[in-house]
Amino acid sequence: MPISITMPALSPTMEEGTLAKWLVKEGQAISSGDVIAEIETDKATMEVEAIDDGTVGKLLVAEGTEGVKVNTVIAVLLEEGEDAGALSGFDTGVAAKPAVAPAPVPTPQAEPSAVPAPQAAPAAAPVAEQPVTAPAPRLAAVSGSDRVVASPLARRMAAQSGLDLASMAGSGPGGRIVKADIESALSGGAPVQRAATAAALPQRAAAPIQPGAAYVEVPNNTMRKVIARRLTESKQLVPHFYMTVDCDIDKLMAMRKELNERGAKDAAFKLSVNDFIIRAAALALKKVPSANASWTDAATLRYTSVDISVAVAVANGLITPVVRNADQKGLAEISNEMKDLAGRAHEGKLLPEEYQGGTFSISNLGMYGIKEFAAVINPPQGAILAVGKGEQRPVVKDGALSIATMMSCTLSCDHRVVDGAIGAELLQAFKGFIEDPVTMLL
Amino acid sequence: MAAQQYDVAILGGGPGGYVAAIRAAQLGLKTVCIEREHLGGICLNWGCIPTKALLRSSEIYHLLHRLDEFGFSAKDISFDIKKIVQRSRKVSKQLSGGVGHLLKKHKVDVIDGHGKLNGAGKIAVTKDGKAIADISAKHIILATGARARDLPTIKADGKGIWSYKEAMVPETMPKSLLVIGSGAIGIEFASFYRTLGAEVTVVEVLDRVLPVEDEDISAFARKQFEKQGMKIITGASVASLKPAKGGYEAAVEPMKGSKTPAQTVTAEKVILAVGIAGNVEDCGLETVSAIKVERGHVVVNEWLETGVPGIYAIGDLVGAPWLAHKAMHEAVICVEKIAGVKDVQPMKTLNIPGCTYCNPQVASVGLTEKAAKEKGYEVKVGKFPFIGSGKAIALGDSEGLIKTVFDAKTGELLGAHMIGTEVTELIQGYTIAKTLETTEADLMHTVFPHPTLSEMMHESVLDAYGHALHF
Repeated sequence: MPISITMPALSPTMEEGTLAKWLVKEGQAISSGDVIAEIETDKATMEVEAIDDGTVGKLLVAEGTEGVKVNTVIAVLLEEGEDAGALSGFDTGVAAKPAVAPAPVPTPQAEPSAVPAPQAAPAAAPVAEQPVTAPAPRLAAVSGSDRVVASPLARRMAAQSGLDLASMAGSGPGGRIVKADIESALSGGAPVQRAATAAALPQRAAAPIQPGAAYVEVPNNTMRKVIARRLTESKQLVPHFYMTVDCDIDKLMAMRKELNERGAKDAAFKLSVNDFIIRAAALALKKVPSANASWTDAATLRYTSVDISVAVAVANGLITPVVRNADQKGLAEISNEMKDLAGRAHEGKLLPEEYQGGTFSISNLGMYGIKEFAAVINPPQGAILAVGKGEQRPVVKDGALSIATMMSCTLSCDHRVVDGAIGAELLQAFKGFIEDPVTMLL
Repeated sequence: MAAQQYDVAILGGGPGGYVAAIRAAQLGLKTVCIEREHLGGICLNWGCIPTKALLRSSEIYHLLHRLDEFGFSAKDISFDIKKIVQRSRKVSKQLSGGVGHLLKKHKVDVIDGHGKLNGAGKIAVTKDGKAIADISAKHIILATGARARDLPTIKADGKGIWSYKEAMVPETMPKSLLVIGSGAIGIEFASFYRTLGAEVTVVEVLDRVLPVEDEDISAFARKQFEKQGMKIITGASVASLKPAKGGYEAAVEPMKGSKTPAQTVTAEKVILAVGIAGNVEDCGLETVSAIKVERGHVVVNEWLETGVPGIYAIGDLVGAPWLAHKAMHEAVICVEKIAGVKDVQPMKTLNIPGCTYCNPQVASVGLTEKAAKEKGYEVKVGKFPFIGSGKAIALGDSEGLIKTVFDAKTGELLGAHMIGTEVTELIQGYTIAKTLETTEADLMHTVFPHPTLSEMMHESVLDAYGHALHF
């Protein structure tokens, strides 16, 4: 009996991924532990190892196929003594037709999408419509993880009102989507459009094209789609408001210089301004815990740890590695950890648990000379701090004009959890640590 | 006296209180339950359970009168009310002992005494006027229950004017009975005594019996009761009650706008069943002024929190529906929330079923047809009569009706209303359906076993969509 190799779930939340590259060929002998493929998930590229010994019988999903659901059979391994004849039931036709490479694996949708499916390009024809033997599409269809957990009533109401259940969170037992969730989505108004998120539409239909303008089509990779979906959701559903504070960082710069001179002796650390910002934000959140929180319909979740997500720009987008328990870490520890995370972020080698689950975000564009900007909240977090360039500015001190190194920081708050006064307290605390950096040692 | 420290202290050992205690203990909380009378509360000692034992006796008596129909004959059928009552008390005693055993098994401390809130976080317990314990607890759950209400002019005296408590333990069988109030409690006693042969008159201020039920069910029930010889006067109240020869004479007067004629009813005994009032007195609520009491009930939010940190209230004390299963479920919600259990779901009132164990039984869940329409739903209504059921006819109980109410737009099951034999055992099918938010489609796709009474539940759904198979 041939062994099925399935699309692995590389993180607890992974639902689908792109089969980026096969590292083995049909007919190649492999043993347990060999790297056989590269999978591109939400935000990282990961390697898949073989769990069994055998000969690669058939690669069922072509390289470059996007949206492969977790648990879909992607290849078949022949055990010792088996020949290709054992593969008769596994022919999906996908691997056999490399000419139609981007053919998506069928993604059975529980609900008829309210969005009228645009004319599918021939290459995108669902596999199920091709003259193939029955078992293969079935194998794809039994994939458990793409199941939307929703009550029958919620499903019907969603279908009637054009809501996309896949993009909704449920408040019922075990996250089940129930009537109340549909009602609140409908009263919010926004989710009707959410049905048109990137994942639900073939990419060609995504944006109206300027008539006559020449363009190059850049396929959206998984990361771009996630950024598009999550940030659209954030701007549509999260009531943002913003507040800005200017911080005098002369003392901080002096302290950084002094510390770095010491750190340079044994190359133990080299602190960046951003490392100070991470520590200051973490301490401020510790001091104002009500800002370290997420909104849910049932309750406001106030986090008991301070985990700071730090936005890092990478080749195809951005990723937010998390400095966990940042309030309990010293500057050198934060600095070295951040260097390691950012380095691996650029290589696309972060593990899911390294970029998921922060409680607060920081985005710093100071290195680009940006004076100040407002960032989009990274849901389900309650706030994000946007940091501008530290620069010399004329300031009034004790009634006299003088020069100081100033840095403007803008906090975007989810008003459902962070009210104006709480946000202001947080920024005040943050400013206090930044302007008097010795207090960060306490 | 040194205060005893607990994580959770529960005032009251009724269905809300003892369930809260068991769940708290299961979740690893050090728990004490304070009960002044009997573990199991009214439900187990003076309510749900002993009345079911009584009604079982009257059901048997009813069947004995139908022996010929089933091919039997017997002579000199009679009953001994004392024995019927004895059995009922024995059942209560057995179960009350069972609750004690359960609490012991879960290592819940039980204090036999009268507990009173003594400021936030504290309970003082007395027994026969003497202080016996001081409790200090992080979380206090008030579960003191409720009691029968009196009328302004008529008060139960325990002699000729009974509350549920005396009605449950008659020393002799009354020849005639006046039941004031036709809610579940009044109707169950009316049914019990009528089946055993008493002349029973029921007076109800509203225009129908079992007024919380669907109108069709009320009408069906009334017809059945009247067929059994019960006298029913609706839209009227008992203006005055005075002792008369052989019992009481009641002046029954029409309510405003009612066409019911004024009349006099005489009866040997009177049962007062006009509603429930929360036990908000004598439990120390006044020592924590922030606890709000409105219309005789403690005000709580969906998590049973009173607004005072660490003080919660559950069950009859917090209001309608006054049902043991509601109290038990609230107990679990409250305690799990306290213990920080994930995914606790608040109670959905419309998913709480209600049962009345008269003959024929009545059971329902959700909105009545009228209430659904008043809420603005466009409804689809299905009805299936027991006469269409093979099982009902075989049982010889072919009087009944199952009615379902759906939202025409979404197919949501809004309500289900049943009258007939054993419907109290059927209603949980619709309750599960409602809790899972099934639509008519899921109910139609469900296979119901044949021959059972439950098939009628299927047929009623089919009828709502115009394709009942057997009627």
